[in-house]
Amino acid sequence: MARVVLKNLNKKFAETHAVKDVSLTIEDREFVVLVGPSGCGKTTTLRMIAGLEEATSGEIHIGDRRVNDLPPRDRDIAMVFQSYALYPHMTVYDNMAFGLKMRKFPRREIEGRVRDAAEILGIQDLLGRKPRQLSGGQRQRVAVGRAIVRHPRVFLFDEPLSNLDAKLRVQMRVELKRLHDRLQATAVYVTHDQVEAMTLGDRVVVMHDGRVQQVGEPLEVYGAPRNRFVAGFIGSPSMNFLETTVAESAGALYAEAPGIRLRVPAERSKRLSAYTGRPVTLGIRPEDLCSAAGDDSPGFSFEAVVEVVEPLGSEILLDVRAGNASLVARVSPATRVKPHEKIRLAFAPERIHFFDPETEEAIPLSI
Amino acid sequence: MNMKRDRFLGAVLLLPALAFIALLVGAPFLMALVLAVTTSSAGSLDVTFVGLQNFRDVFGSPVFRTALRNTLVFTLASQAAVILLGNVLAVALKKAFRGRSFVRFLILMPWAAPIALSTLGWLWIFDSTFSAINWILKVSGYFGPGEWYYWLGDTALGMIAVVTVHVWRMLPFTTVIILAGLTSIPEEVHEAADIDGAGFFSKLFHVTIPMMLPILFVAVLFGTVFTFTDMSVVYLLTRGGPYNSTHVLASLAFQEGVLGGDVGRGAAIALFLLPLLVVMAVLMLRRSRRAEVL
Repeated sequence: MARVVLKNLNKKFAETHAVKDVSLTIEDREFVVLVGPSGCGKTTTLRMIAGLEEATSGEIHIGDRRVNDLPPRDRDIAMVFQSYALYPHMTVYDNMAFGLKMRKFPRREIEGRVRDAAEILGIQDLLGRKPRQLSGGQRQRVAVGRAIVRHPRVFLFDEPLSNLDAKLRVQMRVELKRLHDRLQATAVYVTHDQVEAMTLGDRVVVMHDGRVQQVGEPLEVYGAPRNRFVAGFIGSPSMNFLETTVAESAGALYAEAPGIRLRVPAERSKRLSAYTGRPVTLGIRPEDLCSAAGDDSPGFSFEAVVEVVEPLGSEILLDVRAGNASLVARVSPATRVKPHEKIRLAFAPERIHFFDPETEEAIPLSI
Repeated sequence: MNMKRDRFLGAVLLLPALAFIALLVGAPFLMALVLAVTTSSAGSLDVTFVGLQNFRDVFGSPVFRTALRNTLVFTLASQAAVILLGNVLAVALKKAFRGRSFVRFLILMPWAAPIALSTLGWLWIFDSTFSAINWILKVSGYFGPGEWYYWLGDTALGMIAVVTVHVWRMLPFTTVIILAGLTSIPEEVHEAADIDGAGFFSKLFHVTIPMMLPILFVAVLFGTVFTFTDMSVVYLLTRGGPYNSTHVLASLAFQEGVLGGDVGRGAAIALFLLPLLVVMAVLMLRRSRRAEVL
């Protein structure tokens, strides 16, 4: 197994600068997920690690070797593709054995490894079939099998679950996580699905516009997003943003927007006082809003009009309008409201986020 | 009501195509079947039944046997060359380079140009006095003093000339089919093979060619049937000469049946390879159906 180090990695295509100055260290046995919207450079980064794409500049190290100039087959990696990319004319067995045959493994060794992998993945009965006789989920397993028989130092996954239906995707997600626990391999996983990223990754790398926006453990990225993009991308439904102006009144700071006046918690005031009289973006996650009984916390609650009610069973999503802002609140299923009714929403003061509207960077708690 | 009208409309729309096939392919084909077993000649459609006599007669003739052998040589040689060159061209044309679409257009030219016209060009290339090939061979010092090729006046060279022109003509078609096949192999499969450690040749023999087989098969079958039944290159280039040495069955059938007036004999020659062609046509249809599924 091995650690993967990217140093100032860049990739320019004719028209676009797809990957900009990406530096990242993936520790041995770590499961790292690159996540971001399409076109953010995550797949290009993965393909550069694989050697399918040449880096325009920067360095890639796998283990203690610089691999920039090595072809894919000499990098000791295995990759699972979005389309599975199975060899359609070969049986499942031959698909899995191909990489070992190319590396001139003895026949007995190949057979042992293929059987082991097939057993792990529960596809022993499919070894004689051709890919076209398999379902999507089975093909997915074969593609994973083809990667694990090689015992590579690094596994690369390129959106491997995106061609599966929702139910199967959840199931395979759990299986992949279990597989990683079992194989203890270094893995780099690319997805545009933030739920997949959060659930699978030991660490998550959020990318946007070719750049790394934030690297961290899933809950860290969720709880303390470094900028407005990360805040909006991670979490579903996404974080609410309010364009407010900071005002001072009677020694306290308030974030004001038409129809809303929210008190800035004391511990945030110090950092935010520099913004007095200036605009800031206030961010609050839907689950950090709840319906307030009466007006027990006047500074931390506001009046809103319910527009849409989406009961999901375990929770209710409320689309509300406060002033001229639209917000989503995730409230308890016991909440009884109807569209067009007024509701008072309270927020947890310690859970709000502030962003500089110009740089879109988070305004940190302390200096 | 509506369904009924749709069905009627469907039948009406199909009719022209059916009539076209029935009148221009079906009727002549049935006529040929009948004529081949009668003593008919141009001028007297005498329908005296003679059984397989015409077939026995033509098979006894040395010219026919030469034509039969030529047809096989012509088909096998040109198909082998076309498939080989078509693969090379398709691989080259798949790569992105400046002016690729222009080169693709140029390659399609032999297919698009009327064969009667382009053969005039080839007649000049093979001309007994002005042959461009000969002059190149002479200038490059390959020919010694007094050495000269009479392309269309020599039995072996005549056959080479005919095959060359046919390869030149078939190449675009085959290249386009192979190119379509190559393009249909997803790039990710090639990349998976790269990662699996396959080099250029392992990839070619373990991945590319096996995945291309269905479409190559279709190309070969179409090319073979087309070549078997084609007379235009032979007829335009050598008229079967010298000494009837470059005839293929189609051109010989035309010469004996239409030009020579022995319709029964012509039909027998033309139908000689029918059983083989039927087998190939069936294979062709089956295969192309399967190739679609892939």
